[in-house]
Amino acid sequence: MAKLEILVYPDERLRQVSKLVKTVDNQIVSFISDLEETLSSLHGCVGIAAPQVGRFERIIIVDVSARPQHKNHGHLVLINPVIISNEGNSVGREGCLSVPDYTGKVNRSKYIVVKAQDGFGSDVTYPMEGYEARAVQHEIDHLNGKLFIDSLVGKRNNLKKRTDF
Amino acid sequence: MRNWYMLTLVGKDRPGIVSEVSRILFKAGGNLGEASMSRLGGNFTIMLMLQMDSEKEEVVSLLQPVCDELGLLAHVDNIAGGLHHHIEPNFRLSVHGADQAGIVAAVTGSLAELKFNILNLESDVGGSPEKPVYIMHIEGFADCSLASLEKSLQPLIIEKEIVVHLVPIDTMLG
Repeated sequence: MAKLEILVYPDERLRQVSKLVKTVDNQIVSFISDLEETLSSLHGCVGIAAPQVGRFERIIIVDVSARPQHKNHGHLVLINPVIISNEGNSVGREGCLSVPDYTGKVNRSKYIVVKAQDGFGSDVTYPMEGYEARAVQHEIDHLNGKLFIDSLVGKRNNLKKRTDF
Repeated sequence: MRNWYMLTLVGKDRPGIVSEVSRILFKAGGNLGEASMSRLGGNFTIMLMLQMDSEKEEVVSLLQPVCDELGLLAHVDNIAGGLHHHIEPNFRLSVHGADQAGIVAAVTGSLAELKFNILNLESDVGGSPEKPVYIMHIEGFADCSLASLEKSLQPLIIEKEIVVHLVPIDTMLG
């Protein structure tokens, strides 16, 4: 296991679109183990995407279990995640390992259903809401070369949209 | 660059103020830091951090012609610089009610008792001229529970007949 280095904006590599994982082989399993170690070393962080450490494959880890006030599915390794349905909107505050010392408000779908393979390559489907759904959408954006600062909502929009923090 | 300043500009709003001021500062070797501009009651207002080698008097002189031309009042203060010092808010309040003197003092007084550090405050007066409505948003940090904040605000909600929505902010870091 190894702690991996985080790419930081404006590193152009964060703009790459990551490739689908074809097979969950030993190399992928080993990488996921490193990604997990990296995530667990980052205080307060609830998600990480492979491209944030310079590996451009569609793998994310989300773990909201340290915040039990939010409904969650615990520690999730999601390979090739796809949002197959979404509903509602909510504005919430986000920060990113790749954009240090800045947080801002982003509008996300409030409810999503995400389909993926787990860390063993088995198909999984999770209905999610709120904070956990936000985390998954944030990480999937990384797989598409998109950062939360691309989707900021201005301060003055507070009254116009439903806001969930 | 040696010095950091907080530059405050106030005047009648019109298009092009930010563009003209920032162009002059840039041409003189200035570097802008964080800034906040608002149109308050039809007035243009901006506070911006400015980093420059020039002394304070030179900054004032540099701005004088554009202030005269655009009808702006300028104020320059020496400040401690530093671009990266952000405290994350953990609570947000939305307050609204019939406009009356004392809402801000009452709400922020209750918050101050719990050492609530206000990081962002913005307010508007809406409604009709006969029945103006005051709306205020506050974000800040307090090392206390949601319940204790709610308890602290309860008496003034009744006294001022205002609505206060208090929600925790849980920043998602990914």
